[in-house]
Amino acid sequence: MQDLTQISGNPMTESISTPVKPPIWNNPQVRAIAFQIIALVATVAFGLYIFQNTQTNLRQLGITSGFDFLSSQSGFGIVQSLIPHSESSSYGRVFWVALLNTLLVSVLGVIFATLLGFIIGIARLSKNWLISRLALAYIETFRNIPLLLQIFFWYFAVLRAMPAPRQSFSLGEAAFLNIRGLYLPAPQFQPGFGWVLVALGIAVVLVILLSRWAHQRQMATGQQFPTFQTVLALLLGLPLLIFWLTGSPLSWQYPALQGFNFRGGWVIIPEMASLLLALSLYTAAFIAEIVRAGIQAVSHGQTEASFSLGINSSKTLRLIILPQALRVIIPPLTNQYLNLTKNSSLAAAIGYPDLVSTFAGTVLNQTGQAIECIAITMAVYLTISLLISLLMNLYNRRVALVER
Amino acid sequence: MAEAHIPHPDLPPPVSTIGVIGWLRRNLFSSPLNIVLTILAVYLLYTALPPLLRWVLWNAHWSGDNRADCPADGGACWVFIRVHFEQFMYGFYPDDQRWRVKTALVVLILSAAPLFIRSVPGKIKMRLGLSLLAIYPVIAFVLFKGGLLGLATVETSKWGGLLLTLVIAGVGMTAALPLGVLLALGRRSQMPAIQTLCVTFIEFWRGVPLITVLFMSSVMLPLFMPAGVSFDKLLRALIGITLFQAAYMAEVVRGGLQAIPKGQIEAAAALGLGYWKTMGLIVLPQALKLVIPGIVNTFIALFKDTSLVLIIGLFDLMNIVHNATTNPDWLGFSTEGYVFTAAVYWLFCFSMSRYSHSLEKRLHTGHKR
Repeated sequence: MQDLTQISGNPMTESISTPVKPPIWNNPQVRAIAFQIIALVATVAFGLYIFQNTQTNLRQLGITSGFDFLSSQSGFGIVQSLIPHSESSSYGRVFWVALLNTLLVSVLGVIFATLLGFIIGIARLSKNWLISRLALAYIETFRNIPLLLQIFFWYFAVLRAMPAPRQSFSLGEAAFLNIRGLYLPAPQFQPGFGWVLVALGIAVVLVILLSRWAHQRQMATGQQFPTFQTVLALLLGLPLLIFWLTGSPLSWQYPALQGFNFRGGWVIIPEMASLLLALSLYTAAFIAEIVRAGIQAVSHGQTEASFSLGINSSKTLRLIILPQALRVIIPPLTNQYLNLTKNSSLAAAIGYPDLVSTFAGTVLNQTGQAIECIAITMAVYLTISLLISLLMNLYNRRVALVER
Repeated sequence: MAEAHIPHPDLPPPVSTIGVIGWLRRNLFSSPLNIVLTILAVYLLYTALPPLLRWVLWNAHWSGDNRADCPADGGACWVFIRVHFEQFMYGFYPDDQRWRVKTALVVLILSAAPLFIRSVPGKIKMRLGLSLLAIYPVIAFVLFKGGLLGLATVETSKWGGLLLTLVIAGVGMTAALPLGVLLALGRRSQMPAIQTLCVTFIEFWRGVPLITVLFMSSVMLPLFMPAGVSFDKLLRALIGITLFQAAYMAEVVRGGLQAIPKGQIEAAAALGLGYWKTMGLIVLPQALKLVIPGIVNTFIALFKDTSLVLIIGLFDLMNIVHNATTNPDWLGFSTEGYVFTAAVYWLFCFSMSRYSHSLEKRLHTGHKR
């Protein structure tokens, strides 16, 4: 702008040595600083305004803020807990129980959704018309229906419609499904079982050594070793052998009908079952699309080149396509895992005792410490997502294409 | 004299490679594995489809007005939906005022129709679209809420069903997109303070589940406001959903901004365009076009997420159906209720994704492989 004004003026009469100075509010640097100061001041003022309002309101409601309530007795039981918990436990204990429940359903959901998602994603690419259409129908159905609706469907329409304990569906008299949940036989470990675990550990070490040796031998001589079969035999065979030698130190505790309910065994409460089912089926549809896109992103020339080198189709998939596809798949996949973890908070709608329903729900209502409860809950989810995205960035840096 | 060479006429291709048989061989029976898979899939369809069709159509009950018209004989009871249909659409909106909702819908369809006709020139579409965005919310709000022009006031707590779902989705979409664009521009800004503010905002909202946002807006927002100021429950949900989705939208738009070569900005600067003109006339039109699929995906996510307002006690489509299934007169028809709701949501989401596909195809100007 400055230069333009100079050129447009008459160079004969106007001296070039005295340029017309633009007004100070048109200077980009000054403007930038002014904008930033205004933005900061506005943010801080807004924050202060909210802070003062909150303090006044809290004083009027007679609520003392602070985290002291975490150590007082909670007085309510939780239907599912991974660590010992009773009604006399503190609110702090309740937090850990709830957090573990959230993590439990998230981790299981991630595992199931990944397995199902990869199967359906690959089915979607199948040359078989019927299979790929079925996969498409699955994806389009589950992707376009709200997750909450799916959770409600499994919980209220399916699992709440199960028969009473006396009329439960039984699977070979070992597992039972009724309105109270899914009852599974629980393993009872006898004293000698530790040796089986030791054997498993030894097998894992042997497998690592073996595969390293096989790799080195192939590098040196070109000879291949049937690694997969040997690894499978080692991993299964050695623990089984020790298991048999120590006299089968494992028994099963079967659930049995006593009175109006089943006793013994493992029970999966219907809230957990429906949440897990809905989360896995819903997320699997998204993962399937990610897997399909990832595999399609590897150009067909790679497959053709691999075939022309005489590599067979299963090895082409394993050694050529998948490593390249994973580079595309992993970042959005992690995003889905994060979404699944955040979506597990929908548990609050059906009463699965997760972090939101227990801590931001029951504890908040009992103590009235709204700000503390919500802040802790949000902080947990923020921590989880920041941690996962940090890990993802690290991984991404490792596998990213090294270009010029 | 040598005879002229007459080539043998082309033989027809083998029967097994053309027509129905060829298609079957190529697509269903190309290898032993595929034969097994086809048989499995056919078996799956054979076991699943007939009972499903019997339940949904053949054995289903369509006519009647109470549950006695639905004997338990393995068929769906669509009477349940028919009886509650008006409620599912309008919630607790007063019967005699429902014409207002219908009027608003007709106005929307008539005024937005030219946007979807291809022969209408782009410039007119642009003006019509923008003025619709500015005027229609006011018309709709006046019609729904009333209290003006002799219309009886209908409190927002009476709004419900599909109406409420569409209101939340519509407001969320129209507010989240511009906010998301501003946040994305802020995140790409050269000013460190603006950038930090935007990054913090975006990462915070993306890091927490929507349900905690709704909890926060219903529990904490009253604490933040001076005593006496109370927000409408619907407004609180709207603020929560909009801020939440704006953060996601910002990330989508940022992807588009990053894909625009720097030369475009430099060329705009060389022509003497200021920041807002560069962004508004040069960068954003290209960037937004690139990320249409992402924007529509966010819209679809927003539409599905409207169902979460159930948590804070608003009666959207999902909650009103859930409520009807717990009606003592109609116990045991939750499957029908949820299937109907799923079909409605599915229809909206699926048509949005189809529309984005067609839009993407129409707008792409040859930069893609």
